[in-house]
Amino acid sequence: MVERRRLIQAVNDALFEEMERDPKVLVYGEDVELSITGDMRGLHEHFGHDRIRNTPICEATLTGMAVGLASVGYHAVVHMMFSNFFYTGMDAIGNQMAKLRLMTGGQVELPITIIAGYGGGAANAAQHSDSAYPVLMNLGGVNVLTPSTPADAKGLLKTAIRGRNPSFFLEPSGRGGEVGDVPDGEHLVPFGRAAVRREGGDVTVLSIGRMVKPALAAADALAGQGVSVEVIDPRTLVPFDEASLLASVEKTGHLVVVDEARECCGAASQIAAVVAEKAFHALEGPIRRVTTPNVAMPYAPNAERHVIPGEERIVAAVLSLAGRTHKATA
Amino acid sequence: MATTVIDRRTEQAALRSGPSSAELLELYERMLLVRRVEERLRDDSAAGKLPGAVHLYIGEEAVAVGVCAHLGDRDYVTSTHRGHGHFLAKGGDVRAMMAEIWAKEEGICRGMGGSMHVADVSKGILGANGIVGAGLAIATGAAFGAKLDGEGKLAACFFGDGASNQGVLMETLNLSTLWELPVVFVCENNTFSEFTPSREVTAGRIADRARAFAMPTAEVDGNDVVAVWRAAADAVERARSGGGPSFIEAHTYRIQGHFEAEAFVLSGGRYRDDEEIAAWKKEEKDPVLRCRATLLASGAADEAALRAIEARVLVQVDDAVRFAEAGTPADPALAETLMFVRDEGA
Ligand SMILES: Cc1ncc(C[n+]2csc(CCOP(=O)(O)OP(=O)(O)O)c2C)c(N)n1
Repeated sequence: MVERRRLIQAVNDALFEEMERDPKVLVYGEDVELSITGDMRGLHEHFGHDRIRNTPICEATLTGMAVGLASVGYHAVVHMMFSNFFYTGMDAIGNQMAKLRLMTGGQVELPITIIAGYGGGAANAAQHSDSAYPVLMNLGGVNVLTPSTPADAKGLLKTAIRGRNPSFFLEPSGRGGEVGDVPDGEHLVPFGRAAVRREGGDVTVLSIGRMVKPALAAADALAGQGVSVEVIDPRTLVPFDEASLLASVEKTGHLVVVDEARECCGAASQIAAVVAEKAFHALEGPIRRVTTPNVAMPYAPNAERHVIPGEERIVAAVLSLAGRTHKATA
Repeated sequence: MATTVIDRRTEQAALRSGPSSAELLELYERMLLVRRVEERLRDDSAAGKLPGAVHLYIGEEAVAVGVCAHLGDRDYVTSTHRGHGHFLAKGGDVRAMMAEIWAKEEGICRGMGGSMHVADVSKGILGANGIVGAGLAIATGAAFGAKLDGEGKLAACFFGDGASNQGVLMETLNLSTLWELPVVFVCENNTFSEFTPSREVTAGRIADRARAFAMPTAEVDGNDVVAVWRAAADAVERARSGGGPSFIEAHTYRIQGHFEAEAFVLSGGRYRDDEEIAAWKKEEKDPVLRCRATLLASGAADEAALRAIEARVLVQVDDAVRFAEAGTPADPALAETLMFVRDEGA
């Protein structure tokens, strides 16, 4: 059985199911009880104040408290609203969650799930529009999840809440996300397994989270021009499914990485480096990154559209590569 | 006014009868263990035998020991970069701590944490921490868990006067008061924040920060183990019985440098004078010597009994150092294998 759900509803379903399954799962955050984003709706009425509650605005404490709860046997699911607010809660993220398992010689497990919206496109301006996952990837000790479909949102979140490590679940911001088919009931998506969203033979386009949609639109447009694009969705950035990407690049000889994070040290940079190191022999041209430039997200919608990667820029990047071989570029 | 109520409660705590003679002897022995362990660390650090920075608690032992005397293995503590005293006072193993500082596989954290990060989760020691102030939110989270468990457990959070200037103190005082969490905040005011006198960087009285939240607050002589013990008895009982958080500011003094290589980094720079340090080492001030004098004066112990304690402690310290020295070097591969629990549907 499958059901049509919005991404935000799929998240809500996952929370209901996991809180029902495990009484040690708690949810807290700012304004989670009424849930303006919708993903937490109904939880407070159903589970009550000991399981889900509003907190003061105090991100340093929200993240640090999750570490304390994890150390004593709970699994905190912390809603941080926007990924920009990681920055105000960063000590416990960067210095505690990501490190204490190693630092204690493996004594502690840190089952923690952090949920936050990310990305631009809603005229929220720079302090509510970051795609703040590269900083998490660089910590080394936290999982980073970037679902693009409702089914993956449900399956990845359930895996995170059953897991014993800190995981960051990044929801595409705004309007409840995409609509899609979601399997009923028990649906778990393992970490570190990419999904091939569209098969193709000429160019591999790896696109992250919210970027999967414009990548698929670009692939459609390019098909009309005789260019066959393979679209890969990594689904999780940490752990990252290198094998699937390398296999695709072996086949196509070309890679475009589409990443809504800024260019400098972004996810695209890391992924490009991995392919350059491990599949250089297969590449028939340069790797192209399509990213947000190294700027703060502007407010004006036309300016936002200008900096966030979209279909046109993806098409142009693919066309700059398609059909190229080493001989042609030499 | 709220402060009047709080002050009266503090007075009540002070009036409580102190530890029994037998309890005081235990407090003394625990303080002496911390002192002798750290004197050995001081010497071994100077001799270049220990790889990392070592921050010693010498002169502040009464705080950890007086508080932890009221805690069991099921209660939690969070500690600081100056954490050996909290670790040992809460029942951590001397050998395992020593081996950790010597960077050995037998160390309590298998050589992955070191002096600044000793932890024994099985004993509720959630860890010393290299980030000043980090324990505040971790203890608050542990206390939230303890409250939900409903078994009368609590979390004690040790932190310094320097840490009191971190914003997270206000956050955790606020949240723990609102949620009536069983947490005891213990500020160890040793008058220095690294090489800066506390008064230069700290406005007002630290304890007043807790009073602003109407949190039951006590200021005590942190070098008097009985005074600390009494204040902690009151705070711990409040936490166990659902009365919410308490705050203790213990006034004390750091005898050693901020860390053992201080002279090297200061290269001749001064932030306090020798007379001040000498005054705090005298019998009227030093917490271990003071307790010793009390034991003798009250007849709770004679010189022979105290010599026996001294001998027992030294055997423990020697044994721990031998254990650490003979240990296996830490396993470098752990750096990769210990980052994650490998279970994510992989
Ligand atoms: C977040 C953070 N900032 C700065 C430091 C560097 N540092 C280490 S100890 C210390 C002073 C801490 O003073 P206090 O909290 O009073 O503890 P004490 O050393 O006196 O025991 C500083 C600034 C740190 N470790 N963490």
